[in-house]
Amino acid sequence: MSGDDLTIGGETFTSRLLLGTGGVPSLEALEAAVHASGTELVTVALRRVEASASGSMVQVLDRAGVRLLPNTAGCRTAREAVRTARLAREAFGTDWVKLEVIGDDVTLLPDAVELLDAAEQLVAEGFTVLAYTTDDPVLGRRLADAGCAAVMPLGSPIGSGLGIRNPHNVALLREAVQVPVVLDAGIGTASDAALAMELGCDAVLLASAVTRARDPERMALAMRRAVEGGRLARLAGRIPRRWHAEASTPFEGLPAL
Amino acid sequence: MQLTVNGEAAEVADGATVADLVAARAPGHDRVAVARNGDVVPRSGWAQTPLAAGDAVEVLAPTAGG
Repeated sequence: MSGDDLTIGGETFTSRLLLGTGGVPSLEALEAAVHASGTELVTVALRRVEASASGSMVQVLDRAGVRLLPNTAGCRTAREAVRTARLAREAFGTDWVKLEVIGDDVTLLPDAVELLDAAEQLVAEGFTVLAYTTDDPVLGRRLADAGCAAVMPLGSPIGSGLGIRNPHNVALLREAVQVPVVLDAGIGTASDAALAMELGCDAVLLASAVTRARDPERMALAMRRAVEGGRLARLAGRIPRRWHAEASTPFEGLPAL
Repeated sequence: MQLTVNGEAAEVADGATVADLVAARAPGHDRVAVARNGDVVPRSGWAQTPLAAGDAVEVLAPTAGG
């Protein structure tokens, strides 16, 4: 839809779907999914070179013309996250970072205290911080106040595919901040992405839902259309919910039969 | 001299620099980043940064991530 661009950190995007590369089965599948999704912003990670992908993953993404968004996945403290962000800035030549500070092994839920600390430090160092957070509207506001370029609440735990477990909180968070809100984590299928947009999110970030789908390319297209559909529905304004029916066909002029 | 590279003990020649280590550990990789004792060593400084015995070095490269 023209004239409805997304702006994060001063950069403008036509697509409102951010794609993560985690879990991608092959470079061919990644390339096809990136293309089908229409995404312009793709997350990547840094790992020890022995465990890393060969150079070709980045080449695929470069060829697709997408912007790279390094993450701090796996970091547990502000100190680790800040150091990882600095390394990512060096490796990828971008000061954009998806800030992720995990506080629990089982749920991979964010550690709010370390997250806010890291966000403040990185903003002070000139990073454009997109913060992965819980769906807590108060924490979201604190992150926005700290200078994050986007606040990215989870719908449910990373990779769970459980969708948006607390839509009300996501809607409240959207109301609470001025910066873009990106629903990040928990998306399982297209209707989850559409719901995120209907709730007022400005974009959706997902990885596993596409990369671990039976057909990643087709699911990427599904997500693209779901995000577009949800966005259109949000802008169009849904009808109010009613307890009882309201006839759409007029009773006036009903024949006596 | 002995140092730790990516969590494992490693032997490098005396006088070796970060650039030497990257060439040995990450051939064929671009977008490499190096931390020496926790601090980033900018690419522009690799050739001028000598390694010291006991250093803990991390040599990192891109991978898929969500």
